[in-house]
Amino acid sequence: MTIEPSRAADTKPTAERPRRYLSGILSHVALIAAWYLFVTYGHVPSFVMPSPVATVATLAGENYDWIGNTLVTASEIFSGYVLAVIVGVLLAIGFSWSRAAEDAVMPLLVSLNMIPKVALGPLFIVWFSYGIFPNAIIAFSISFFPILLNTARGFREVEPELLDLVRSLQSSKWQTFTKIQLPSAFPYIFSGMKIGAILAVAGAIVGEFLGSSRGLGYLMLQVQVTLDTAAMFMAVILITLIGIVLYGLVIGLERLLIVRDARIQ
Amino acid sequence: MSCAAVEPFIHIRALRKSYRKGDQHFLAISDATFDVAAGELVALVGPSGCGKTTLLKILAGLQSYDSGEARIGSVSHPFDPSRDIGMVFQQALLLKWRRILQNVLLPAEILGLPMAESRERARDLLAMVGLSGFEDKYPYELSGGMQQRAAIARALIHDPKLILMDEPFGALDALTREKMNLELLNIWKKSGKTIVFVTHGIAEAVFLGTRVVVMTAGPARMADNIKIELPEPRFLDLKTTESFGEYSRRIYHLLGLA
Repeated sequence: MTIEPSRAADTKPTAERPRRYLSGILSHVALIAAWYLFVTYGHVPSFVMPSPVATVATLAGENYDWIGNTLVTASEIFSGYVLAVIVGVLLAIGFSWSRAAEDAVMPLLVSLNMIPKVALGPLFIVWFSYGIFPNAIIAFSISFFPILLNTARGFREVEPELLDLVRSLQSSKWQTFTKIQLPSAFPYIFSGMKIGAILAVAGAIVGEFLGSSRGLGYLMLQVQVTLDTAAMFMAVILITLIGIVLYGLVIGLERLLIVRDARIQ
Repeated sequence: MSCAAVEPFIHIRALRKSYRKGDQHFLAISDATFDVAAGELVALVGPSGCGKTTLLKILAGLQSYDSGEARIGSVSHPFDPSRDIGMVFQQALLLKWRRILQNVLLPAEILGLPMAESRERARDLLAMVGLSGFEDKYPYELSGGMQQRAAIARALIHDPKLILMDEPFGALDALTREKMNLELLNIWKKSGKTIVFVTHGIAEAVFLGTRVVVMTAGPARMADNIKIELPEPRFLDLKTTESFGEYSRRIYHLLGLA
């Protein structure tokens, strides 16, 4: 018997990868260079736009407490996000087990999701006072829903014939769940987690804007008063870096756990 | 008929199944009656909506029926519904996150069969379907035809007595399909399984089947049960013979296509 040749899915030369990384890095460097040239030769006043050098120089400033504020913001984002992943995935699993629960609870959640979560910020402050907790709750509430929706969709999208196959073997509910449904839903869970990661960052920062005594968002409001634009730029960069670390962790986990073909781009 | 004296492996009498969709009743199967002897390869042929997939699901124990009889197993060939069914569908439905060997092992895991033996058997089956050396590949690294062969190996891993196939080669290109037909006959001969094979390809049904059950749609009913007496072993040039054409012509007539 002749063997058909394997599909050319895996034949991309490995030499191409470093080149792709390189061009990605170059575009970042180019943006910073353009920023530098624009500010330096465009005679832009520094309170409008500081140069990259002035921005980074603020790291040496004593009054900013960069490390402390970054840690506060990061812990708001991470704790709210982790909670959103846990609650979102567990709820979706519950829905996959009980159609009745999904029919009752899902429409309610869709309605609740229409509430602009940011508008709840002042309420959360009334309930939970200033601090890490209310901001983590905002991050949670804004990132939870896409994680739930994507995961629930993952459970629904399992091929019905695949379920027929295991049911014809009279598999237990638990076997069907662990061997078929959960692994089928994994790519969808990650797709939801990626959307949620971006939203969690935004949620925490808005929370800090609304009311807080620490964190990078809080710091931005403080330095805004004195037109310390360089520090505001630095705060934005640090917030972005927190987001990149979170997103990178999610993608790393996805690469580790999910076969390439099954990933949702 | 020579097998009439022996108790049939599958016994279907006046089987009837209807669906409700809103206020309407759909008759999926009305009065299907046929027997399958152990070791036969029966092809169910007919247009979409003639109830052949429904019939397959009833045999698999996945669906109920309204009236009639559907019995599998005989004194000489007892049947255990939990472990004597292997299924193959139009899509290979391999688990993307499992390597080929692990995919083939899925039914063994579900049934709790001893793993060391099953792994051995999975390797043998993969060799039989021509996939030696692909045990550690992921499904996406295989072509459609190769994926379907792995699915056939999966259907055989727990050594079931009955293989149910629902248009297993319907998604393959014509040439691969012909090749898979030949290989299926080989596998059938080697394994001695009873196979029920659903298709809407008339030539495929005549070529593979020891018997062809013809079903028509609107209204869904069983039109005929034809014993195919063509020489064996069968090769593809059989399709050019007069007697093959005769059988095909008869089925085209039954389906109102000629």
